[in-house]
Amino acid sequence: MNPQVVVDGLINGALIGLGAIGVTLTYSILRFANFAHGEFITFGAYAAMAIAGGVATLVVGSDAGLGALSISPALILAAPLAMALTAGFALALDRILFARLRGASESISIVMASFGASMAIRAAIEFVFTSRPAYFTRDLQIARPIAFGLKATPNQIALLIVAGVLMVGVHLLLSRTQIGRAMRAVSENPALARAAGVDVDMTIRFAWALGGALASAAGVMLGLLVQIRPFMGFDLLLPLFAAAILGGIGSVPGAFAGALVIGLGEALTVQLAGAEWRAAVAFLVLIAVLLIRPSGMAGRPA
Amino acid sequence: MTFDLLGPIAYGSFFLVMALLNGVVCLGLNVQWGQTGLFNVGVAGFVAIGAYVSAILTTPPSNGHLGGFALPMAVGWLSAAVVAGGASAFVGGLTLRLRADYLAITTFGVAVVVQLVALNAQWLTGGAFGIAFIPRPFESLASTPVLYDLANLALVAAVVLAIYVALERLARSPWGRVLRAIRENERAAMALGKSPTRYRLQAFALGGALMGLAGAMEAHFIGFIAPESYLSSLTFQVWAMLIVGGSGNNRGALLGAAVVWALWTVSGLVISDVVPATYEARAAALRLVAIGVLLATMIVLRPGGLIGERALVSRHVADADKRL
Repeated sequence: MNPQVVVDGLINGALIGLGAIGVTLTYSILRFANFAHGEFITFGAYAAMAIAGGVATLVVGSDAGLGALSISPALILAAPLAMALTAGFALALDRILFARLRGASESISIVMASFGASMAIRAAIEFVFTSRPAYFTRDLQIARPIAFGLKATPNQIALLIVAGVLMVGVHLLLSRTQIGRAMRAVSENPALARAAGVDVDMTIRFAWALGGALASAAGVMLGLLVQIRPFMGFDLLLPLFAAAILGGIGSVPGAFAGALVIGLGEALTVQLAGAEWRAAVAFLVLIAVLLIRPSGMAGRPA
Repeated sequence: MTFDLLGPIAYGSFFLVMALLNGVVCLGLNVQWGQTGLFNVGVAGFVAIGAYVSAILTTPPSNGHLGGFALPMAVGWLSAAVVAGGASAFVGGLTLRLRADYLAITTFGVAVVVQLVALNAQWLTGGAFGIAFIPRPFESLASTPVLYDLANLALVAAVVLAIYVALERLARSPWGRVLRAIRENERAAMALGKSPTRYRLQAFALGGALMGLAGAMEAHFIGFIAPESYLSSLTFQVWAMLIVGGSGNNRGALLGAAVVWALWTVSGLVISDVVPATYEARAAALRLVAIGVLLATMIVLRPGGLIGERALVSRHVADADKRL
């Protein structure tokens, strides 16, 4: 077995983790599985591409990479803007669709609405940008040795660091701040949280914005490492759900740990069975969790 | 000039057969969702299981994929229903005692994995090239197209009618009442000594079996299957059909299938006639946006669909009412 699996798995896991945090937050605070979360990833990647294109021509005047990275300064500027835009997009979607279905008699109809929204958003993105894959950069990067005989490209190292910082940031936000406590309170018991003076609507909006922003970061990462295409987020959806369930719904560190397991499993599968079987890993993990411990690693019984 | 008539008859019967087959999938989904409240996001996967099972069992020997058993078509259809129903029972057994979303997520996974296997397990499914030479019903009539088309239409219509009558009877039976009781108030049903998980599992397996049967019938009607026929957009279409028609109502399921299939076909014709070839892919994307918006709008504004659910009572109660 090639030890390079570890590097691929970690990067893959970090990417899935950024998306899975959003899934687990929506699930625990709004109590539904959001099938449109993959489209936040796609939306974020395309938004960053469009903004970076504009910034590169108008402001920076070039789209050359920065230092050893093939990530242009324009994209570095565009990424936070895309995250904000995707957060806004998630909020807008909640306003026009999901908010109307909260408290509906059949809670599952909100899941169905998210499934419909997912298809419509994806098709709309395909309408605007066509299904032809796009790239942030076409530079080829050479993997350099880092340690223990492992190699990584400068882009991979930079993205791992960014993902790590984002994860730690989210963890601190949820565990140490007022809004983080409010989110945990709402996921625990919304009625009681409201009675205790928590602004539940505000907390819900915050969860959407945070999930959208992180999904957008995952989209930019995926776009840099592979390519940008309308199905990029949809194809990640099963790994996101599997990671969130493996970690225990509602647990952010759990989602991250679950994502690492799936990321490493996918990297291993690519090496042993071939890249075409990669998508089966998330399903097998999901089935295994449901068979053995449906509440996940960190979760309480459903 | 019989020629003028042939086109419309061929086209009309093809349209009706496809609408009816979609209707069978829709009836299966109605058993799962409309009557039991189980959310299946992997409809395309179960349809594909049925199509592949029947194709593998009934095709003549081939070296492109497993199979070539050349079994009779009826064996293929029945096996398709049994295997798809079994797969549904497996998924249901894993997830039905958990929160409703787990079923949705797992069925979604089933569709992803079925697509993966169809595409990559070449020894089993023929890979991206799919399976061809699937025997068609009434092959001996193929020399007279009109007769052939009408015979196929009659066969499909007869199967749909049989399924419809059986489902209507089931819905009015004690079994159907327990399903609706569980959907409406699980605790009350439990208090009456009914096991919600068991009934749900049965309904889920029955719905899955119908989807598999529809997949098999469609495979034999067209004569060729390939993985791209079973993408998530199929699941989405079937959902749109059921929601538009009216979930919980078998007639609504069939009506929705016909209406949405007609919209789909007509918009496809308009796109290929009116839109320049370079924009066709984009126009096709816009068609999916429209269906997505339609689905979401129906859920928000008219969750009952065109024909909503009717209050069903036992026919004995209805008879008693008449006597009074």
